[in-house]
Amino acid sequence: MIRKIALAVIAILLCIGLFVFPWMKAVLTVALAKGIVVLGIMLLLRAGQVSLGHGMFVAVSAYAVAFGNEWLGTNEMLLQIPFAVVVSGVVGLVIGLFVARYRYIFFAMLNLAFSMVFFSFLQKSYRLTGGSDGVSVQTPTIAGLSLEAGTYNWVLFFLALALCVGCVLLAFRFFRSAMGQALSALKTNEVRVAYIGISPWRTMVVIYTLSAMLAGLGGSLLAYTTGHVTPELSYWTRSGEYVFIAILGGTTGILGPFMGAMVFEFIRTYASAWLTNAWQLTLGTILLVIILFAQSGIWGLFAPPPPKAKTPEEKRYDVPAAAGD
Amino acid sequence: MTSPLLQAIDVHIHFDGLIAADGVTLDVFPEEFLAIVGPNGAGKTTFLNICTGYLKPDKGTVIFAGNDISRKTPRERTQLGIARSFQHPQLFIEQDLMTNILLSIGARDGFWNPLRRLDRPAAVDEAHALLNLFQIDQHADAIIHNLPEGVRKLADIALALALKPRLLMMDEPTSGVSATEKTQVMDILINALQEQSVAAVFIEHDMDVVTRYAHRVAVWNQGKIQICDTPDVVMNDADVRANVIGME
Repeated sequence: MIRKIALAVIAILLCIGLFVFPWMKAVLTVALAKGIVVLGIMLLLRAGQVSLGHGMFVAVSAYAVAFGNEWLGTNEMLLQIPFAVVVSGVVGLVIGLFVARYRYIFFAMLNLAFSMVFFSFLQKSYRLTGGSDGVSVQTPTIAGLSLEAGTYNWVLFFLALALCVGCVLLAFRFFRSAMGQALSALKTNEVRVAYIGISPWRTMVVIYTLSAMLAGLGGSLLAYTTGHVTPELSYWTRSGEYVFIAILGGTTGILGPFMGAMVFEFIRTYASAWLTNAWQLTLGTILLVIILFAQSGIWGLFAPPPPKAKTPEEKRYDVPAAAGD
Repeated sequence: MTSPLLQAIDVHIHFDGLIAADGVTLDVFPEEFLAIVGPNGAGKTTFLNICTGYLKPDKGTVIFAGNDISRKTPRERTQLGIARSFQHPQLFIEQDLMTNILLSIGARDGFWNPLRRLDRPAAVDEAHALLNLFQIDQHADAIIHNLPEGVRKLADIALALALKPRLLMMDEPTSGVSATEKTQVMDILINALQEQSVAAVFIEHDMDVVTRYAHRVAVWNQGKIQICDTPDVVMNDADVRANVIGME
């Protein structure tokens, strides 16, 4: 109960803050966009895999938005966003077909490698992508309307909020489906997954594609919010940031990524204002505190405690079956 | 005579000089309960692993319901109707028992629909019925890693049975179950199998269990089937008495 009240108080404070300090809108929009990306990271984390390359899908989508005019022939946001999500989904599927065969460190590093290849491509193809200068994103029309800057930012914020709510509701449904529950199953026992007649590889491909699409959706919103896209979006430290946010927010609850993203963005905003040269130090310290004292992240502070840890006696039975007698 | 459900024909496999299957040929008929006995290292589990696709034989053929499945993956064989349980239960240990069974039911129908609930009322009822059959329904909400080995053992078999297989292959279903509970567990199991007309192949060390529940017994010895016949004939075979029962 106290936890729920605390959640409500935070939500109300955020709403008030939004109207009292209009600058918060941009911070919150970025936080919501990153929250969606991190939701994608969370899908993979639930299956036991860490991607250190999801910045690539953010970048793919952000560039698809920036080139939306040229490629799609329209400046309409409500067409550009689905287009960008589909593009990152297709790229996710193609790369997923390959990386879904790998697990753990190999999975993480392969993702990192792909994203860095894409980063270099964006950086070097100066004529096409503007190199490290990046490309600016034209202010799009929304449902056919050209809005003035103030209104545009509000609409963008509410659109991001609506998309987040949509993603959260879909995620709730997804986690209750067979495939959603199979994530944890993949993490704990792939042999058994195959022996209930499900292909672990195929499941990973689907999950990977979904997570790439979520990263793409977040990426398109980021592109509109910042109005400028650069190869940096695909750089590995940006991918690391999403994993950081996932751990910060906690992966057990669907709201975790969004809470993590908000805290992250606020820390970044304030710490870079007050501790100009030490904001990364602040983040690092917070990550340490989370890992040492609150492994279920910020969400864990609001959620009931997880089931108790195993005793050594119980762990003994988790040994996979030997192939021979 | 009905045609066999499973046929292993001249199956060979070896691991680094150890011959674990040396020309194994065996038929399993629909609704039959076939016990596999034999000393440790004779190749009993290897045979199960070959039939279920965990291992690929060096040579030989496995036919299931008329299809050559020798080159098929474990997933494909499961989909065709061969389910298995393991000597060490293979479960999804971070999830509760109910979810484990529901995943098995979900894998059978409607896995790829991301918006279809896994815990549909019909599926939950089916899972409870199955858990009741194994008398472990009181543990439905417990996380697997908190459950004792005996319950996990039954859960592993229930998970396999939830797939509605035509053939269930079990690796020592009663190991880890106390001697006093063995008969009870096997009664439950055999009833469940009969109810669903499932054929079963099970590796078993307890000769009482074998005699009581198996229609036929196959005796493994050094990668070969020494004899395969009714429990009566096998138990009275002088060679088996000396070499197998004597060792148990």
